[in-house]
Amino acid sequence: MEIIMSVAIGFLFMAAVYLMLSKSLIRIIIGTGLLSHGAHLLLLTMGGLGGNSPPVVSHGVSVSDYADPLPQALILTAIVISFAVTSFFLVLAYRSYQELGTDNMNLLRGTEDYE
Amino acid sequence: MSNLLLFPIIIPLFFATILMIFPKNIKLQRVLAVVGTGFTLLFALVLLAKVNADGVQAVTLGSWPAPFGISMVSDPLSALLVVTASLLVLFVIFYSIPIIGVKREQSFYYPGILFLMVGVNGAFTTGDIFNLFVFVEVLLMASYTLIVHGGEKPQLRESIKYLLVNIISSALFVAAVAFLYSVTGTLNMADLAVKIPQIEETGILTVIAVMFLVVFGFKAAIFPLYFWLPGSYYAPPIPILALFGALLTKVGVYAIMRTYTLFFTMNVGFTHELLGIIAILTILAGCVGALAYFDVKKIIIYNIIIAVGVILFGVAQLNQPGIDGSIMYLIHDMMIKAALFFLVGIIAVLFGTTDLRKMGGLIKTYPVLGWVYLLTAFGLAGIPPLSGFPGKLLIIQGGFEGPQFWGSIIVLATSLVVLLSAVRIFIYAFWGQPVETVPLQKSTFNQMFIPTVILVAMTVVFGVGAELFMPFISGAGEVLLNPSIYIDAVLKE
Repeated sequence: MEIIMSVAIGFLFMAAVYLMLSKSLIRIIIGTGLLSHGAHLLLLTMGGLGGNSPPVVSHGVSVSDYADPLPQALILTAIVISFAVTSFFLVLAYRSYQELGTDNMNLLRGTEDYE
Repeated sequence: MSNLLLFPIIIPLFFATILMIFPKNIKLQRVLAVVGTGFTLLFALVLLAKVNADGVQAVTLGSWPAPFGISMVSDPLSALLVVTASLLVLFVIFYSIPIIGVKREQSFYYPGILFLMVGVNGAFTTGDIFNLFVFVEVLLMASYTLIVHGGEKPQLRESIKYLLVNIISSALFVAAVAFLYSVTGTLNMADLAVKIPQIEETGILTVIAVMFLVVFGFKAAIFPLYFWLPGSYYAPPIPILALFGALLTKVGVYAIMRTYTLFFTMNVGFTHELLGIIAILTILAGCVGALAYFDVKKIIIYNIIIAVGVILFGVAQLNQPGIDGSIMYLIHDMMIKAALFFLVGIIAVLFGTTDLRKMGGLIKTYPVLGWVYLLTAFGLAGIPPLSGFPGKLLIIQGGFEGPQFWGSIIVLATSLVVLLSAVRIFIYAFWGQPVETVPLQKSTFNQMFIPTVILVAMTVVFGVGAELFMPFISGAGEVLLNPSIYIDAVLKE
C-alpha cells in the first residue's frame, strides 16, 4: 500500500511541477493545488498506513492496532490552509487579469519595467 | 505554568478581529490599532522580564502533556524577538498614519498588520514544528493581503510571484515535516532534541535538515533562494515594505537558528559548514545587488539579504561568541532596517521618485534628516559605538574561533560595501545640485520623521549601551547552546 501511495505522490508532484512551469496562470494555480495534495498524501503516508482501530482507548485493543491520529490532525490543518491559499490565489489571479489584461506569465515577468 | 506567553499572540488577534467590524471609521481604526499594539508590547516586556527572572516558560495547550499536545515555549531568544517585533509594529503603525492613504486605511490595513503580528509572535513562541508551519502560514496570509493591498498594477504583478514562491515553499515545509515525523515519531521541538541523537542513521536526518534549510531559506532569502525578494518587496508602499523587511525574513532566520541549534546537530560537519558557505554566498550576492542599483528602495532591500547572511554565518559557527553575535545582530538588524526604510520613504516622498540619479541637495533644506540618515547608515555598517558593531564583532570573533575563519574576513570586507551602498544614498540624495522637491506639509513631515528619529535613537542606545543588553543576549545564547535547558523546561511541565 505504501508503494502505491508513494507512486501516487510522486505522480502528483510531477504533474504539479509540469503545470507550474506553464505560461497560463490558471494552470499554475491548478499545479499548486496538486502540489499541496501531494504534500498532504505524503504526510498521511509517512505517519504509517497501518492500524485498524480508531484511536480511542477500549478493551481488547493493543497499541499496535491503533491508527496514528496525529497525521490526520496535521493533514486536516494543512488542507484548510491550502484551501484558503488557493482561494486567495484564484481571486488574485482574477483581479490581476482584470487590471493587467493578461494571464500569460511571460508577459508578467521582469521587475524593472513598471509602466 | 503561566499563560503570559500567549498574550502577545492573543491580544493582536483580538484587536484585529474587532477592527474588522468597522472598516470605515478611520479614527477608531488608528486608535485601536495603536492601543492593541501598545498592549502587546507591554505584555511582551512583562514576558521578557519573567523569562529572564524565572527561566524558560512553557505552556501546553489543552494541558496535554508535552510531547503529545502543542507546546508554546518562550525562551529568552523568543521573548527578545517578540518584544522587538511588537515595538517595530508600533512604529510602523505610527509611520503609516500620515502616508498610507485613506483608501488603504478603509480597507482593512490595520487588521492586516495586526494579523501579521499574530503570525510573527506565534512563530517566535511556538515549540512545535508543525505549529510553526501554521503560524508561518498565518503571517504569510496576512503578508499576501498586505503586499497586494491597494491593488496597483505592479503590486498585483509581483504578488503573484510572491504567492507562488511561498506556496511552493509551504508544500515543501509539509513534506519536510512529514519526513521528520516518519523518522522520529514526534514533532515537539524539545522531544525532537531528545529523540534525534538516539537515531543512528544520520544520513536521512541530514537530508531532512537540508530540506528544512531550503524551506526556511525561502522565507529568510538565503543565497540561491532570494530571487523573489527584490522584486516582491519593491512593489508595496514604504510602511509595508518596512514591516516586511524588518520582520518577515527574520522569522525564517529565527527558524533556522532554532532548528540548527536545538536538534539538527547530528552532522555538524556537513550541515553547519553548508550553512556557513551559503551565508557567505548570501552576503556576496546581496553586496552585488546593493551596489548594482541606482534605486533607494532596491539598495536597502539588498541590504536585507546581506544582513541575513551575516546572522546565519554567526549561527553556523555554533560557538558562544558566534551565537551571541547573531542574536545581537538579529535584533539590531530588525530595528535598523525599519529605521532605514522609514528614512528612505521620507526621501522618496520628498523627491517623488526612488531613482537616485534624480535626487540631490537635500542637506540644504532638510539638514536634520541628512544627519539622522548618515547616523543610521553608519549604524547599518557597524561603525564602532553604533548598534551594528557589537553584534558583528562577536560574529567575526566566532568565525575566527570556529572552523570558517576565512568567512570572517569576507564579513569584515563586505562591511565596507554595506557602508558604501548606504553612503551612496547620502551622497546622491543630500549632496550635489539641489533638485526641486515635492512640497510636503510640515505636520505630515513631522508625523513621519518623529517616529523615525525615536527609532534611530533606540538603535543608538542599543549600540552604545550594548553592555546593558548583554545579559539578555547571552542568556538567549546560553539556551541555544545548551538545548538541555530548553528540553527540561518543556518536558517537565
